Amino acid sequence: MEASQFKSDHYVRFCPGCGDHAICMALQKAMAQIGIPTHQVAVISGIGCSSRMPHYLNTYGFNTIHGRGGAIATGVKTSHPELTVWQMSGDGDCLAIGGNHFIHEIRRNVDLNVCMFNNRIYGLTKGQYSPTSAKGFVSKSSPFGTIERPFVPAQLVLGARGTFFARTLDVDMPTTVDCLVAAQQHKGCSIVECLVNCVIFNNGTHAWIADREQRAEHSIVLKHGEKMIFGKNRDKGLTVEIDPVTFVPKMIVVSADDPRVLVHDATQPDPTLHRLLGLMGQERIESVNAEVDNDLPVALGVIRNVEEETYDHAVSRQIEEVRSKAKAHNFDELTETLESWTL
Amino acid sequence: MQLTGSLFSSLSAILGHEISTLPDFPAEIRAPQGTLGGVSGFQVELGTDVFTPGDKADVIVAMNAAALKVCTLGSHFNHPQAHYDEEFSYFHRHAIVIVDTDSLTDKDLEKAQYHTDNPFEELGIPESVQIVPVALTTLTKEALKDSGMDNKAMLKSRNMFALGVICWLFDEPMDKAIHLLEEKFKKKPALVAPNTKVLVDGYNYGQNLALSVNQIRLDSSAVNHQPSAGRYTSIAGNRATAFGLIAAAEKASKHLFLGSYPITPATDILHELAARKDMNVMAVQAEDEIAGVCTAIGAAFAGDLACTTTSGPGLSLKSEAIGLAVMAELPLVVVDVQRGGPSTGLPTKTEQTDLMQALYGRNGECPAVVLAASTSANCFDFAYEACRIALENMTPVILLTDTYLANGTALWRIPKMADLPMITPQSVPEELKGKYNPALRDERQVRYWAFPGMEGYEHRNIGLERDAERGTISTNPENHEIMVRARQQKIAQVAERIPELKVIKPSAVNHHPSDILLVGWGSTEGHLRAAAQELGCDLAQFNYIMPLPKNTKEVLSQYKRVIVCELNTGQFANYLRAQVPGIEIEQYNEIQGQPFAVERIVRYVQQN
Repeated sequence: MEASQFKSDHYVRFCPGCGDHAICMALQKAMAQIGIPTHQVAVISGIGCSSRMPHYLNTYGFNTIHGRGGAIATGVKTSHPELTVWQMSGDGDCLAIGGNHFIHEIRRNVDLNVCMFNNRIYGLTKGQYSPTSAKGFVSKSSPFGTIERPFVPAQLVLGARGTFFARTLDVDMPTTVDCLVAAQQHKGCSIVECLVNCVIFNNGTHAWIADREQRAEHSIVLKHGEKMIFGKNRDKGLTVEIDPVTFVPKMIVVSADDPRVLVHDATQPDPTLHRLLGLMGQERIESVNAEVDNDLPVALGVIRNVEEETYDHAVSRQIEEVRSKAKAHNFDELTETLESWTL
Repeated sequence: MQLTGSLFSSLSAILGHEISTLPDFPAEIRAPQGTLGGVSGFQVELGTDVFTPGDKADVIVAMNAAALKVCTLGSHFNHPQAHYDEEFSYFHRHAIVIVDTDSLTDKDLEKAQYHTDNPFEELGIPESVQIVPVALTTLTKEALKDSGMDNKAMLKSRNMFALGVICWLFDEPMDKAIHLLEEKFKKKPALVAPNTKVLVDGYNYGQNLALSVNQIRLDSSAVNHQPSAGRYTSIAGNRATAFGLIAAAEKASKHLFLGSYPITPATDILHELAARKDMNVMAVQAEDEIAGVCTAIGAAFAGDLACTTTSGPGLSLKSEAIGLAVMAELPLVVVDVQRGGPSTGLPTKTEQTDLMQALYGRNGECPAVVLAASTSANCFDFAYEACRIALENMTPVILLTDTYLANGTALWRIPKMADLPMITPQSVPEELKGKYNPALRDERQVRYWAFPGMEGYEHRNIGLERDAERGTISTNPENHEIMVRARQQKIAQVAERIPELKVIKPSAVNHHPSDILLVGWGSTEGHLRAAAQELGCDLAQFNYIMPLPKNTKEVLSQYKRVIVCELNTGQFANYLRAQVPGIEIEQYNEIQGQPFAVERIVRYVQQN
C-alpha cells in the first residue's frame, strides 16, 4: 500500500515546525508498509496536540476526551480483536490524567499500538509543565520552577509489566518508521515513546540528542541481535557493570572493540537490562540543574519486545472455552435452566 | 439470614403466593455479630395483591438479642430508654415473635446494650404480641448430635431450624422445601443431609408448638388477580437487569459488551454478566468507573451493544464520558442502581436521589434518555427497553433502578425470545458508501451508524463539536446551535415510540371517581399502588422520565390534587413543574434510606 492511502483530506493543523508533523508522516508510511486495509484500522486518541492525529489518517478514528483514549481503545480492541487499534496520546494525556488507564492497558497487555508523544510540556493549553518536565522547569504554571520529580516513561512501562517499549525521535524518520512497524507486529501492548519538539512552548527540549551534530554521540539506536555500538565513528560500545560494594548494576561506555560489549536482546523476558537501557541519559532531564557524571547515550529503537498472551485474545479464548462446554447458548435455553414453575 | 429469607420466599413463590422481598443488611461484610450495628434482616410479604414487602411484620424471627431490640424499636433502637411503639417498630402489636432463647445470655444482652436481664420487659413489648421462645442453638445441636459436625458448622445450621418453624407456621409443605435445599447445596452435597435434618426437626418442633401458636393460612386459591398463565421464577432486580441486557443483544443480533467497576449495590449485574460467557457476553472489570464507561464507549464505537453498570458515585465519575457518547452519538446503556447519597452516603440503602444527576449531571447541553424500572421483575423490561432505545436512536440511555429493586425479588413471568419486541439498530444506507460522514442523519435526527470493519465508511468521530453537514470539527457559532438543537430533538422524538402514560385505578371494590392522583416514578410503584388502593385514588407511575410520555400533561391536568411521592426532597416534582407547567404539584417525600411506609403516605394524603 502507499502512504498516500492513509492520508485523510483534513488539513493538518500542527504548528509549523512541530515534531508531530514528522510522526504523522511516519505513521502513514508505517501503516502503508504494514498493509492492513484502512477500514480495519481504528485510531483512538484523547485530548492534546498529539490527539488530533486521527483526523489526519484515513482510517476509522475517534478523538475522545482527555486521558481516556487508553480505556476506549481497550474497549475497541477487546470487543473486536480482528481490528488493528492505535492509540495516540501525549505525556499529559497518558501520564497525568490518563495514568490509570495507561498502566492498566500495559498490565493487561491489550494488543494496542500506543504512540506517546513526549514533548515534556502541555502545548494545547499553552505551556504548563507536564509529568515529564524536569524538576525546576519554569512554565506558566510553575513560574518559580516545578518542584515535582518527572516520570521516565520507560521505567513506568516496565514497572507496569510492559511487553514492548520503543523510543524514537521526531527528526529520525527511519527509526520512527521501524519502531511503529515493530509496534504493530508485536502482539500485545506496544508503547512507542516519540520524543517530539514543541517549537512554541518548549523549543529544543530534546536538543541534546536531536541536534544533528550531537545525535550520534548522545544516542544509540538499539537493534535486536546487534552489538550496542554508537558514536560518530562507531567507536563506543555499551556494557553492564556491577558495583562491587552495592551490587547495583549500571551501564557503562567502553570501547567498541571491547569484548564485553553487549548484544541487544529485546526478547529477554527479564526486564532488568531493558530498564537500565531505558534509563540511560535520563538523569539529564531529571532536573534543569542536573549534573551528570557519565556519557551514556539515550537509547532509541525497540528496547523491549516480549511475547505474552494478549488480554483481548485471552478474553475471547475464555468465552470460546465456556461456550464449547455450556448447556445454554441463547436466552430461551438460559431461562430453561432457571428454577421455575408453571401457573 | 439472607439465605433463609431467599429460600423461604422462593418456596412461597413456588406454591403460588405472590411475593415481595426486602433484604436489609449492614454495609460491613462481617459486622460484629450480636451488636446493634451488625443486625442483618430479610423482609418478605406473601399472599395475594402483594405490591410491597410490607410495612409491619406479622411474624418476626429474631436470631439474637440485638435483632430483637432492633426489630422491636425499629428506627429508635439507638434511643436510650426507648420502648415498643407501633409507629416505629418493625412488627405490629398482634405479631408473632420467634426468638432464639439461647442467644439471650448475659453476654448477649450486654453486647446488645440491654440494661436489665429481661429484654422483653425492658423493650416494653405489649402482651398482645405472641412471643415464641425457641432454644434454636440447643435444638439444632441436638438435631445434629450424630452428624459428626463441629460446633461451628452446627451453629450455621441454626437458620434452617428457624426456617423449619416458619414453614410450619405458614403451612408450607416440607417436600418442596427439601427439594429447594437440595438445589441450593447442589455444589456442596455433604451439607444437604444435615440441613434437611435440621429443617425437618424445626418443622416438627413447630407442630409441637401447635397448642400455643396459631398457624397462618395463606389462601392462594382466592387470588383476585391471578397472574397470567406461563412459566414463573422468582428474580432479583439486578439479575433481571442482566437478563434484559442479554435478551436485547440477542434480539438486536449485537454482541453484548459490559465495562464495569464493582460498586454496591450494582455489582451483582457485573457478577451475572461475567458468568454469562455461555451467552457470548464480554464483561470487562475495568480499572475504575471511568474506564468502565470508556471501554463500553469503545465497544459501541466498534459496533457492539455496550453497557456500563454503576451506582450514584460511579455515575458522577462517568459524567464526562457519557457526555462524549452524547456528542459522538453512540448507543450506550448506563445502569445506575441508586443508593443513599451524597458521596459514599448509605451504600446499602435505597434512595431515588440520582434523578437530577441522570437528567442534567453533565457539562454543556447534554440530553440523554432516562428510564426507571419500577419492580424487581420489570428491571428486565426496562433494561431491554434501554437497549432498544439506545440502538435505534444512537444515544446513551440511563436506566435508574435502586437498592430496593436490585436486591429485592419478585415473581417474574419468563418471556420467550420470540415474544419480545423487535429491536432495529440504526444502520447506514448502502448508497452512503464512499460518501459517509458521522454527521449524516435520518429524518428523526438520528445519525447513521457505521463502524470499523465496514469498507468505504471510514470516518473520524469526535467529542468536539462537529459540523452539521461534514461531520468535521467546527467552532462556527450558528453550527453549534444547530447541533445542540439537533441532539435535543433526537431525544424528544423518542416520545413518538414509547407507550403513553396509563393511570392505575384502584380495584373495583374501593373505586369511586377520584380527584386525587398519586404520582411516582421508579421503584415506589408497589408502595404507591398499596397506598392508592387504600385511599381509593388513582396512581400515575412513571417509567419514562426523559422524554416524558406525550400525554403527561393531559393526564395530570384531570386531577384536583396531584401528589408526587418520592424518596428524595422532590426531584421529580421539580422536574414536572418545569416540564408540564401550569399544574399545581404537591409533594410527599421521605429520605431515610428505606422504601416508603404505605401507612405514612395514606396518613399524609388524608390529613392534608
